Amino acid sequence: MLRDITIGQYFPGNSLIHRLDPRFKIVITFIYIMMLFTGDHIVCLSVGAVFTAAAIILSQIPFKMFVKSVKPLMPFLILTAALNLLFISSGDVYFHWKFIKITSEGINVSVFMLIRITLLIMGSSLLTYTTSPITLTDAIERLLSPLKKLKVPVHELAMMMSIALRFIPTLIEETEKIMAAQKARGAEIDSGSFMTRAKNMVAILVPLFISAFRRADELATAMECRCYRGGEGRTRLRQLCSAPRDYAALAVTILFYGGAAALGIVLK
Amino acid sequence: MSNIIEIKNLHFSYPAEEGSEPAEVLKGIDLTVKEGEFMAILGHNGSGKSTLAKHINGILVPTSGTVTVDGINTADEDKIFDLRRRAGMVFQNPDNQIVSSIVEEDVAFALENLGVPYEEMRRRVDEALKDVNMYDYRLHSPSQLSGGQKQRVAIAGIIAMKPKCIILDEPTAMLDPQGRREVMSVIKRMNREYGITIVLITHYMDEAAQCGRVVVMDKGRVILDDTPRAVFSQVEQVKKIGLDVPQVTELAYELKKAGYDISDDIITEEECINAIKKLFS
Repeated sequence: MLRDITIGQYFPGNSLIHRLDPRFKIVITFIYIMMLFTGDHIVCLSVGAVFTAAAIILSQIPFKMFVKSVKPLMPFLILTAALNLLFISSGDVYFHWKFIKITSEGINVSVFMLIRITLLIMGSSLLTYTTSPITLTDAIERLLSPLKKLKVPVHELAMMMSIALRFIPTLIEETEKIMAAQKARGAEIDSGSFMTRAKNMVAILVPLFISAFRRADELATAMECRCYRGGEGRTRLRQLCSAPRDYAALAVTILFYGGAAALGIVLK
Repeated sequence: MSNIIEIKNLHFSYPAEEGSEPAEVLKGIDLTVKEGEFMAILGHNGSGKSTLAKHINGILVPTSGTVTVDGINTADEDKIFDLRRRAGMVFQNPDNQIVSSIVEEDVAFALENLGVPYEEMRRRVDEALKDVNMYDYRLHSPSQLSGGQKQRVAIAGIIAMKPKCIILDEPTAMLDPQGRREVMSVIKRMNREYGITIVLITHYMDEAAQCGRVVVMDKGRVILDDTPRAVFSQVEQVKKIGLDVPQVTELAYELKKAGYDISDDIITEEECINAIKKLFS
Protein backbone atom coordinates (compact mmCIF):
# COMPACT_ATOMS: atom_id res chain seq x y z
CA MET A 1 0.00 0.00 0.00
CA LEU A 2 2.67 2.47 1.05
CA ARG A 3 4.98 1.45 -1.73
CA ASP A 4 2.78 3.25 -4.24
CA ILE A 5 3.92 6.58 -2.82
CA THR A 6 6.74 7.86 -4.97
CA ILE A 7 7.74 11.39 -4.22
CA GLY A 8 9.29 13.01 -7.25
CA GLN A 9 8.72 9.86 -9.28
CA TYR A 10 11.56 9.18 -11.65
CA PHE A 11 11.58 7.05 -14.81
CA PRO A 12 15.15 6.01 -15.65
CA GLY A 13 15.94 6.36 -19.31
CA ASN A 14 18.49 7.57 -21.79
CA SER A 15 16.57 10.05 -23.94
CA LEU A 16 17.82 13.49 -24.90
CA ILE A 17 15.80 15.02 -22.06
CA HIS A 18 17.25 12.54 -19.56
CA ARG A 19 20.77 13.38 -20.61
CA LEU A 20 20.44 17.14 -20.29
CA ASP A 21 22.41 18.74 -17.48
CA PRO A 22 19.99 18.95 -14.52
CA ARG A 23 20.99 22.57 -13.85
CA PHE A 24 19.89 23.52 -17.37
CA LYS A 25 16.72 21.52 -16.96
CA ILE A 26 15.78 23.53 -13.88
CA VAL A 27 16.50 26.85 -15.60
CA ILE A 28 14.56 25.75 -18.69
CA THR A 29 11.60 24.76 -16.52
CA PHE A 30 11.63 28.23 -14.96
CA ILE A 31 11.66 29.93 -18.35
CA TYR A 32 8.84 27.61 -19.41
CA ILE A 33 6.73 28.62 -16.41
CA MET A 34 7.38 32.29 -17.19
CA MET A 35 6.30 31.68 -20.76
CA LEU A 36 3.01 30.18 -19.58
CA PHE A 37 2.23 32.93 -17.12
CA THR A 38 3.33 36.12 -18.90
CA GLY A 39 1.53 35.64 -22.21
CA ASP A 40 -2.18 36.36 -21.96
CA HIS A 41 -3.13 35.56 -25.54
CA ILE A 42 -4.33 32.12 -26.54
CA VAL A 43 -1.53 31.97 -29.14
CA CYS A 44 1.09 32.18 -26.36
CA LEU A 45 -0.50 29.13 -24.74
CA SER A 46 -0.54 27.29 -28.05
CA VAL A 47 3.19 27.90 -28.39
CA GLY A 48 3.57 26.57 -24.84
CA ALA A 49 1.53 23.50 -25.72
CA VAL A 50 3.64 22.80 -28.80
CA PHE A 51 6.80 23.14 -26.69
CA THR A 52 5.43 20.77 -24.03
CA ALA A 53 4.33 18.22 -26.62
CA ALA A 54 7.76 18.29 -28.29
CA ALA A 55 9.53 17.82 -24.97
CA ILE A 56 7.24 14.94 -23.96
CA ILE A 57 7.84 13.17 -27.28
CA LEU A 58 11.61 13.64 -26.89
CA SER A 59 11.54 12.25 -23.33
CA GLN A 60 10.09 8.90 -24.59
CA ILE A 61 7.93 8.70 -21.49
CA PRO A 62 4.37 7.42 -22.22
CA PHE A 63 1.84 10.24 -22.42
CA LYS A 64 -0.45 8.48 -19.94
CA MET A 65 2.09 9.19 -17.18
CA PHE A 66 1.50 12.89 -17.76
CA VAL A 67 -2.25 12.41 -17.61
CA LYS A 68 -1.66 10.60 -14.31
CA SER A 69 0.34 13.56 -13.02
CA VAL A 70 -2.60 15.90 -13.59
CA LYS A 71 -5.20 13.56 -12.04
CA PRO A 72 -4.55 14.20 -8.35
CA LEU A 73 -4.90 17.94 -8.96
CA MET A 74 -8.19 17.58 -10.86
CA PRO A 75 -10.42 18.77 -7.97
CA PHE A 76 -8.29 21.89 -7.65
CA LEU A 77 -8.46 22.52 -11.39
CA ILE A 78 -12.22 22.09 -11.52
CA LEU A 79 -12.70 24.39 -8.53
CA THR A 80 -10.57 27.12 -10.11
CA ALA A 81 -12.41 26.81 -13.42
CA ALA A 82 -15.80 26.86 -11.67
CA LEU A 83 -14.96 29.94 -9.62
CA ASN A 84 -13.74 31.81 -12.70
CA LEU A 85 -16.80 30.75 -14.64
CA LEU A 86 -19.30 31.78 -11.99
CA PHE A 87 -17.87 34.98 -10.62
CA ILE A 88 -16.37 36.87 -13.56
CA SER A 89 -19.12 39.24 -14.57
CA SER A 90 -17.65 41.22 -17.49
CA GLY A 91 -18.32 40.41 -21.17
CA ASP A 92 -21.49 39.20 -22.88
CA VAL A 93 -23.95 37.58 -20.50
CA TYR A 94 -25.16 34.13 -21.62
CA PHE A 95 -26.97 33.03 -18.48
CA HIS A 96 -28.20 34.88 -15.41
CA TRP A 97 -29.69 33.49 -12.21
CA LYS A 98 -29.68 35.49 -8.96
CA PHE A 99 -26.03 36.52 -8.33
CA ILE A 100 -24.57 33.94 -10.74
CA LYS A 101 -23.72 35.14 -14.24
CA ILE A 102 -22.05 33.11 -16.94
CA THR A 103 -20.31 35.42 -19.36
CA SER A 104 -18.09 35.12 -22.43
CA GLU A 105 -15.17 36.52 -20.43
CA GLY A 106 -15.79 33.99 -17.66
CA ILE A 107 -15.68 31.08 -20.10
CA ASN A 108 -12.54 32.46 -21.72
CA VAL A 109 -10.69 32.92 -18.45
CA SER A 110 -11.65 29.53 -17.02
CA VAL A 111 -10.64 27.60 -20.14
CA PHE A 112 -7.43 29.64 -20.32
CA MET A 113 -6.51 28.88 -16.67
CA LEU A 114 -7.38 25.21 -17.12
CA ILE A 115 -4.97 24.83 -20.02
CA ARG A 116 -2.31 26.96 -18.35
CA ILE A 117 -2.26 24.95 -15.12
CA THR A 118 -2.41 21.60 -16.95
CA LEU A 119 0.61 22.61 -19.02
CA LEU A 120 2.39 23.79 -15.87
CA ILE A 121 1.86 20.44 -14.14
CA MET A 122 2.89 18.43 -17.19
CA GLY A 123 6.01 20.51 -17.74
CA SER A 124 7.19 20.28 -14.16
CA SER A 125 6.39 16.54 -14.06
CA LEU A 126 8.68 16.18 -17.04
CA LEU A 127 11.48 17.61 -14.90
CA THR A 128 11.01 15.10 -12.06
CA TYR A 129 10.22 12.19 -14.42
CA THR A 130 13.53 12.57 -16.23
CA THR A 131 15.82 13.59 -13.34
CA SER A 132 16.58 11.38 -10.33
CA PRO A 133 15.82 13.12 -7.01
CA ILE A 134 19.44 12.96 -5.90
CA THR A 135 20.64 14.62 -9.13
CA LEU A 136 17.93 17.21 -8.77
CA THR A 137 19.08 18.04 -5.22
CA ASP A 138 22.63 18.24 -6.43
CA ALA A 139 21.68 20.62 -9.24
CA ILE A 140 19.66 22.83 -6.88
CA GLU A 141 22.66 23.03 -4.54
CA ARG A 142 24.92 24.12 -7.36
CA LEU A 143 22.45 26.62 -8.81
CA LEU A 144 21.91 28.21 -5.42
CA SER A 145 25.56 28.19 -4.41
CA PRO A 146 25.98 31.96 -5.07
CA LEU A 147 23.58 32.44 -2.14
CA LYS A 148 26.26 31.03 0.18
CA LYS A 149 27.81 34.49 0.13
CA LEU A 150 24.62 35.77 1.75
CA LYS A 151 25.04 33.15 4.49
CA VAL A 152 22.19 30.99 3.18
CA PRO A 153 23.03 27.40 4.32
CA VAL A 154 22.73 25.96 0.80
CA HIS A 155 24.94 22.91 1.35
CA GLU A 156 23.18 22.02 4.61
CA LEU A 157 19.74 22.28 3.00
CA ALA A 158 20.80 20.08 0.11
CA MET A 159 22.36 17.54 2.48
CA MET A 160 19.17 17.38 4.54
CA MET A 161 17.14 16.95 1.38
CA SER A 162 19.29 14.09 0.10
CA ILE A 163 19.31 12.32 3.47
CA ALA A 164 15.52 12.64 3.57
CA LEU A 165 15.33 11.05 0.11
CA ARG A 166 17.72 8.31 1.18
CA PHE A 167 15.56 7.42 4.18
CA ILE A 168 12.16 7.37 2.45
CA PRO A 169 12.40 3.64 1.52
CA THR A 170 13.90 2.77 4.93
CA LEU A 171 11.09 4.49 6.82
CA ILE A 172 8.40 3.03 4.57
CA GLU A 173 9.76 -0.44 5.29
CA GLU A 174 9.81 0.37 8.98
CA THR A 175 6.22 1.65 8.91
CA GLU A 176 5.08 -1.59 7.31
CA LYS A 177 6.84 -3.60 10.02
CA ILE A 178 5.28 -1.52 12.80
CA MET A 179 1.84 -1.84 11.18
CA ALA A 180 2.21 -5.60 11.02
CA ALA A 181 3.35 -5.69 14.65
CA GLN A 182 0.43 -3.56 15.82
CA LYS A 183 -2.04 -5.59 13.79
CA ALA A 184 -0.69 -8.72 15.43
CA ARG A 185 -1.54 -7.09 18.75
CA GLY A 186 -5.09 -6.44 17.60
CA ALA A 187 -4.93 -2.84 16.39
CA GLU A 188 -7.53 -2.00 13.75
CA ILE A 189 -5.85 0.02 11.05
CA ASP A 190 -7.73 -0.88 7.90
CA SER A 191 -11.21 -1.05 9.42
CA GLY A 192 -13.41 0.83 11.85
CA SER A 193 -14.73 4.36 11.72
CA PHE A 194 -12.55 7.27 10.72
CA MET A 195 -12.02 8.26 14.36
CA THR A 196 -10.92 4.81 15.55
CA ARG A 197 -8.57 4.51 12.61
CA ALA A 198 -7.13 7.94 13.35
CA LYS A 199 -6.65 6.95 16.98
CA ASN A 200 -4.94 3.72 15.97
CA MET A 201 -2.54 5.64 13.76
CA VAL A 202 -0.99 6.97 16.97
CA ALA A 203 0.18 3.45 17.73
CA ILE A 204 2.10 3.51 14.46
CA LEU A 205 3.36 7.08 14.47
CA VAL A 206 4.82 7.07 17.98
CA PRO A 207 7.18 4.11 17.47
CA LEU A 208 8.02 5.43 14.00
CA PHE A 209 9.03 8.81 15.40
CA ILE A 210 11.11 7.32 18.19
CA SER A 211 12.92 5.09 15.76
CA ALA A 212 13.48 7.96 13.30
CA PHE A 213 15.17 10.01 16.02
CA ARG A 214 17.34 7.07 17.02
CA ARG A 215 18.34 6.57 13.40
CA ALA A 216 19.15 10.27 13.06
CA ASP A 217 21.39 10.09 16.11
CA GLU A 218 23.27 7.05 14.84
CA LEU A 219 23.59 8.50 11.35
CA ALA A 220 25.07 11.71 12.77
CA THR A 221 27.71 9.69 14.63
CA ALA A 222 28.49 7.67 11.52
CA MET A 223 28.84 10.87 9.48
CA GLU A 224 31.24 12.31 12.06
CA CYS A 225 33.25 9.10 11.91
CA ARG A 226 33.62 9.71 8.19
CA CYS A 227 34.99 13.20 8.79
CA TYR A 228 31.87 15.17 7.84
CA ARG A 229 32.32 18.86 8.66
CA GLY A 230 29.93 20.78 6.46
CA GLY A 231 30.29 21.97 2.89
CA GLU A 232 33.62 23.75 3.33
CA GLY A 233 36.39 22.23 1.20
CA ARG A 234 34.28 19.29 0.01
CA THR A 235 34.93 17.66 -3.34
CA ARG A 236 32.36 15.68 -5.28
CA LEU A 237 32.25 12.26 -6.87
CA ARG A 238 29.36 13.33 -9.08
CA GLN A 239 30.60 15.75 -11.69
CA LEU A 240 28.12 17.88 -13.58
CA CYS A 241 29.37 19.06 -16.92
CA SER A 242 27.39 20.96 -19.50
CA ALA A 243 27.56 19.89 -23.12
CA PRO A 244 26.70 21.86 -26.30
CA ARG A 245 23.27 20.17 -26.31
CA ASP A 246 22.46 21.89 -22.98
CA TYR A 247 23.13 25.32 -24.47
CA ALA A 248 21.16 24.37 -27.56
CA ALA A 249 18.18 23.31 -25.44
CA LEU A 250 18.37 26.57 -23.50
CA ALA A 251 18.54 28.58 -26.74
CA VAL A 252 15.50 26.76 -28.16
CA THR A 253 13.53 27.47 -24.99
CA ILE A 254 14.42 31.16 -25.09
CA LEU A 255 13.44 31.28 -28.78
CA PHE A 256 10.05 29.79 -27.94
CA TYR A 257 9.60 32.28 -25.12
CA GLY A 258 10.58 35.18 -27.37
CA GLY A 259 8.32 33.93 -30.14
CA ALA A 260 5.36 33.54 -27.79
CA ALA A 261 5.93 37.03 -26.33
CA ALA A 262 6.24 38.60 -29.80
CA LEU A 263 3.07 36.89 -31.05
CA GLY A 264 1.28 38.05 -27.93
CA ILE A 265 2.19 41.69 -28.62
CA VAL A 266 1.47 41.57 -32.37
CA LEU A 267 -1.95 39.97 -31.99
CA LYS A 268 -3.19 42.24 -29.21
CA MET B 1 55.90 -4.15 15.43
CA SER B 2 54.86 -0.84 16.92
CA ASN B 3 51.73 -0.19 18.92
CA ILE B 4 48.93 1.47 17.00
CA ILE B 5 46.49 1.85 19.88
CA GLU B 6 47.69 2.68 23.40
CA ILE B 7 45.11 3.03 26.14
CA LYS B 8 46.43 4.05 29.55
CA ASN B 9 44.36 3.95 32.74
CA LEU B 10 41.19 4.98 30.90
CA HIS B 11 38.25 6.02 33.06
CA PHE B 12 34.99 7.25 31.60
CA SER B 13 31.65 8.35 33.01
CA TYR B 14 28.70 9.66 31.05
CA PRO B 15 27.62 13.11 32.30
CA ALA B 16 25.36 12.70 35.34
CA GLU B 17 21.65 13.20 34.95
CA GLU B 18 20.01 15.50 37.44
CA GLY B 19 19.89 14.15 40.98
CA SER B 20 22.05 11.09 40.35
CA GLU B 21 25.72 10.25 40.64
CA PRO B 22 27.59 9.86 37.35
CA ALA B 23 27.87 6.16 36.63
CA GLU B 24 31.39 5.11 35.73
CA VAL B 25 31.27 2.97 32.59
CA LEU B 26 34.97 2.32 32.11
CA LYS B 27 36.98 1.74 35.27
CA GLY B 28 40.65 1.91 34.47
CA ILE B 29 41.47 0.20 31.19
CA ASP B 30 45.02 -0.49 30.05
CA LEU B 31 45.31 -1.96 26.59
CA THR B 32 47.76 -1.83 23.72
CA VAL B 33 47.10 -3.08 20.23
CA LYS B 34 49.96 -3.79 17.82
CA GLU B 35 49.87 -2.77 14.20
CA GLY B 36 48.26 -5.45 12.03
CA GLU B 37 46.67 -7.25 14.95
CA PHE B 38 43.23 -8.84 14.68
CA MET B 39 41.56 -8.46 18.05
CA ALA B 40 38.09 -9.26 19.32
CA ILE B 41 36.43 -7.61 22.28
CA LEU B 42 33.84 -9.74 24.04
CA GLY B 43 31.49 -8.82 26.83
CA HIS B 44 27.77 -8.86 27.44
CA ASN B 45 25.48 -5.81 27.31
CA GLY B 46 26.62 -3.02 29.60
CA SER B 47 30.19 -4.30 29.91
CA GLY B 48 31.47 -1.07 28.34
CA LYS B 49 32.76 -2.58 25.10
CA SER B 50 30.96 -0.15 22.76
CA THR B 51 31.96 2.78 24.97
CA LEU B 52 35.57 1.63 24.72
CA ALA B 53 35.28 1.43 20.93
CA LYS B 54 33.98 4.98 20.71
CA HIS B 55 37.13 6.17 22.52
CA ILE B 56 39.40 4.81 19.81
CA ASN B 57 38.33 7.34 17.16
CA GLY B 58 37.51 10.22 19.46
CA ILE B 59 33.69 10.04 19.42
CA LEU B 60 34.09 9.99 23.21
CA VAL B 61 37.07 11.38 25.12
CA PRO B 62 38.33 9.96 28.42
CA THR B 63 37.21 11.41 31.75
CA SER B 64 40.73 10.57 32.90
CA GLY B 65 43.61 8.63 31.37
CA THR B 66 44.74 8.78 27.74
CA VAL B 67 44.00 7.07 24.44
CA THR B 68 46.65 7.39 21.73
CA VAL B 69 46.07 6.11 18.18
CA ASP B 70 48.98 6.10 15.75
CA GLY B 71 50.68 8.80 17.82
CA ILE B 72 47.60 11.05 18.03
CA ASN B 73 46.02 11.76 21.39
CA THR B 74 42.27 11.37 20.86
CA ALA B 75 41.58 14.33 23.14
CA ASP B 76 43.46 16.63 20.71
CA GLU B 77 40.60 18.39 18.91
CA ASP B 78 42.83 19.91 16.24
CA LYS B 79 43.73 16.48 14.94
CA ILE B 80 40.30 14.89 15.19
CA PHE B 81 39.80 14.45 11.42
CA ASP B 82 43.31 13.11 11.00
CA LEU B 83 42.50 10.61 13.74
CA ARG B 84 39.18 9.55 12.21
CA ARG B 85 40.79 9.04 8.84
CA ARG B 86 43.27 6.62 10.41
CA ALA B 87 40.80 4.82 12.64
CA GLY B 88 37.54 4.10 10.81
CA MET B 89 34.46 2.83 12.53
CA VAL B 90 31.68 0.52 11.34
CA PHE B 91 28.46 0.27 13.33
CA GLN B 92 25.87 -2.39 13.97
CA ASN B 93 22.97 -1.16 11.84
CA PRO B 94 23.99 -0.75 8.20
CA ASP B 95 20.86 1.30 7.44
CA ASN B 96 21.84 4.01 9.88
CA GLN B 97 25.30 4.62 8.51
CA ILE B 98 24.63 4.84 4.78
CA VAL B 99 24.26 8.49 3.80
CA SER B 100 23.61 8.49 0.08
CA SER B 101 20.95 6.83 -2.07
CA ILE B 102 23.56 5.54 -4.51
CA VAL B 103 26.11 2.94 -3.41
CA GLU B 104 29.19 4.49 -5.01
CA GLU B 105 28.36 7.94 -3.69
CA ASP B 106 28.08 6.57 -0.20
CA VAL B 107 31.51 4.98 -0.49
CA ALA B 108 32.82 8.36 -1.66
CA PHE B 109 31.26 10.26 1.25
CA ALA B 110 34.34 10.27 3.49
CA LEU B 111 36.61 11.15 0.56
CA GLU B 112 34.34 14.04 -0.41
CA ASN B 113 34.55 15.31 3.16
CA LEU B 114 38.33 15.05 3.12
CA GLY B 115 38.49 17.04 -0.13
CA VAL B 116 40.16 14.28 -2.17
CA PRO B 117 40.44 15.36 -5.85
CA TYR B 118 38.06 13.74 -8.36
CA GLU B 119 40.44 11.37 -10.23
CA GLU B 120 41.88 9.91 -7.04
CA MET B 121 38.43 9.65 -5.48
CA ARG B 122 37.08 7.75 -8.48
CA ARG B 123 39.99 5.29 -8.30
CA ARG B 124 39.77 4.74 -4.53
CA VAL B 125 35.98 4.28 -4.61
CA ASP B 126 36.26 1.65 -7.36
CA GLU B 127 39.07 -0.15 -5.52
CA ALA B 128 37.15 -0.17 -2.24
CA LEU B 129 34.03 -1.52 -3.94
CA LYS B 130 36.05 -4.28 -5.61
CA ASP B 131 37.69 -5.12 -2.26
CA VAL B 132 34.31 -5.90 -0.72
CA ASN B 133 32.94 -7.54 -3.91
CA MET B 134 30.27 -4.89 -4.40
CA TYR B 135 31.58 -3.27 -7.59
CA ASP B 136 28.72 -4.64 -9.69
CA TYR B 137 26.24 -2.92 -7.39
CA ARG B 138 27.90 0.51 -7.51
CA LEU B 139 24.91 2.25 -9.11
CA HIS B 140 22.25 0.50 -7.02
CA SER B 141 20.25 2.11 -4.28
CA PRO B 142 21.15 0.79 -0.78
CA SER B 143 17.48 -0.07 -0.23
CA GLN B 144 17.76 -2.77 -2.92
CA LEU B 145 20.58 -4.56 -1.06
CA SER B 146 20.57 -7.29 1.59
CA GLY B 147 21.86 -6.61 5.12
CA GLY B 148 25.21 -8.25 4.44
CA GLN B 149 25.64 -6.28 1.21
CA LYS B 150 24.78 -3.01 2.94
CA GLN B 151 27.29 -3.74 5.68
CA ARG B 152 29.95 -4.45 3.06
CA VAL B 153 29.15 -1.08 1.45
CA ALA B 154 29.62 0.54 4.86
CA ILE B 155 32.99 -1.20 5.19
CA ALA B 156 33.97 -0.02 1.68
CA GLY B 157 33.13 3.53 2.77
CA ILE B 158 35.69 3.14 5.56
CA ILE B 159 38.46 1.39 3.61
CA ALA B 160 38.25 4.08 0.90
CA MET B 161 39.79 6.39 3.54
CA LYS B 162 42.77 3.99 3.68
CA PRO B 163 42.70 3.73 7.47
CA LYS B 164 45.36 1.98 9.53
CA CYS B 165 42.79 0.58 11.86
CA ILE B 166 39.10 -0.34 11.65
CA ILE B 167 36.88 -0.67 14.67
CA LEU B 168 33.74 -2.70 14.07
CA ASP B 169 30.98 -2.47 16.66
CA GLU B 170 28.98 -5.70 16.35
CA PRO B 171 28.90 -5.47 12.54
CA THR B 172 27.18 -8.84 12.13
CA ALA B 173 24.59 -8.59 14.91
CA MET B 174 21.72 -7.72 12.56
CA LEU B 175 22.68 -10.05 9.71
CA ASP B 176 21.60 -13.52 8.64
CA PRO B 177 24.20 -16.34 8.66
CA GLN B 178 25.00 -15.77 4.97
CA GLY B 179 25.57 -12.02 5.57
CA ARG B 180 27.70 -12.76 8.63
CA ARG B 181 29.98 -15.04 6.64
CA GLU B 182 30.39 -12.47 3.85
CA VAL B 183 31.24 -9.68 6.27
CA MET B 184 33.65 -11.80 8.32
CA SER B 185 35.51 -12.92 5.21
CA VAL B 186 35.89 -9.30 4.05
CA ILE B 187 37.20 -8.23 7.46
CA LYS B 188 39.69 -11.09 7.57
CA ARG B 189 40.93 -10.30 4.08
CA MET B 190 41.45 -6.61 4.91
CA ASN B 191 43.59 -7.69 7.84
CA ARG B 192 45.55 -10.29 5.90
CA GLU B 193 46.11 -8.45 2.61
CA TYR B 194 46.42 -4.82 3.69
CA GLY B 195 47.66 -5.32 7.24
CA ILE B 196 44.85 -3.15 8.61
CA THR B 197 44.51 -3.48 12.38
CA ILE B 198 41.06 -4.82 13.26
CA VAL B 199 39.21 -4.33 16.53
CA LEU B 200 36.07 -6.46 16.30
CA ILE B 201 33.42 -6.10 18.95
CA THR B 202 31.14 -9.08 18.88
CA HIS B 203 29.01 -11.39 20.91
CA TYR B 204 29.41 -14.33 18.57
CA MET B 205 31.97 -16.66 20.11
CA ASP B 206 32.76 -18.38 16.83
CA GLU B 207 33.75 -15.01 15.33
CA ALA B 208 35.99 -14.27 18.30
CA ALA B 209 37.59 -17.69 17.88
CA GLN B 210 38.78 -16.62 14.39
CA CYS B 211 40.75 -13.65 15.78
CA GLY B 212 44.35 -13.56 16.89
CA ARG B 213 43.55 -12.16 20.31
CA VAL B 214 40.48 -11.97 22.52
CA VAL B 215 39.84 -9.35 25.17
CA VAL B 216 36.97 -10.05 27.56
CA MET B 217 35.36 -7.14 29.35
CA ASP B 218 33.06 -7.15 32.33
CA LYS B 219 31.64 -4.21 34.28
CA GLY B 220 34.01 -1.68 32.72
CA ARG B 221 37.20 -3.70 33.21
CA VAL B 222 39.32 -5.99 31.08
CA ILE B 223 39.26 -9.36 32.80
CA LEU B 224 40.83 -11.66 30.24
CA ASP B 225 43.27 -10.82 27.44
CA ASP B 226 44.89 -13.68 25.57
CA THR B 227 44.69 -15.90 22.50
CA PRO B 228 41.20 -17.31 21.82
CA ARG B 229 42.45 -20.77 22.80
CA ALA B 230 43.70 -19.61 26.18
CA VAL B 231 40.60 -17.50 26.86
CA PHE B 232 38.02 -20.12 25.93
CA SER B 233 39.76 -22.91 27.81
CA GLN B 234 38.72 -21.06 30.99
CA VAL B 235 35.17 -22.20 30.45
CA GLU B 236 34.01 -21.59 34.02
CA GLN B 237 35.32 -18.06 34.25
CA VAL B 238 33.86 -17.10 30.86
CA LYS B 239 30.48 -18.53 31.86
CA LYS B 240 30.56 -16.78 35.23
CA ILE B 241 30.33 -13.36 33.56
CA GLY B 242 27.39 -14.47 31.43
CA LEU B 243 29.19 -15.27 28.18
CA ASP B 244 29.29 -18.49 26.24
CA VAL B 245 32.24 -20.35 24.79
CA PRO B 246 32.15 -21.68 21.20
CA GLN B 247 29.87 -24.72 20.96
CA VAL B 248 32.73 -27.10 20.22
CA THR B 249 34.66 -25.85 23.26
CA GLU B 250 31.62 -26.45 25.40
CA LEU B 251 31.18 -29.97 24.02
CA ALA B 252 34.80 -30.84 24.83
CA TYR B 253 34.42 -29.31 28.27
CA GLU B 254 31.33 -31.37 29.04
CA LEU B 255 32.98 -34.54 27.74
CA LYS B 256 35.97 -33.92 29.96
CA LYS B 257 33.73 -33.31 32.96
CA ALA B 258 32.05 -36.63 32.23
CA GLY B 259 35.40 -38.32 32.54
CA TYR B 260 36.60 -38.60 28.95
CA ASP B 261 40.21 -37.89 28.11
CA ILE B 262 39.86 -34.91 25.78
CA SER B 263 41.86 -31.73 25.40
CA ASP B 264 40.25 -28.60 26.88
CA ASP B 265 41.53 -26.01 24.42
CA ILE B 266 39.46 -26.92 21.37
CA ILE B 267 38.07 -23.94 19.46
CA THR B 268 37.44 -25.09 15.91
CA GLU B 269 35.09 -27.73 14.55
CA GLU B 270 37.93 -29.59 12.89
CA GLU B 271 39.89 -29.92 16.13
CA CYS B 272 36.75 -31.17 17.82
CA ILE B 273 36.11 -33.81 15.15
CA ASN B 274 39.69 -35.06 15.38
CA ALA B 275 39.63 -35.18 19.19
CA ILE B 276 36.39 -37.16 19.24
CA LYS B 277 37.67 -39.54 16.55
CA LYS B 278 40.69 -40.16 18.78
CA LEU B 279 38.42 -41.01 21.71
CA PHE B 280 36.82 -43.80 19.73
CA SER B 281 39.92 -45.22 18.14
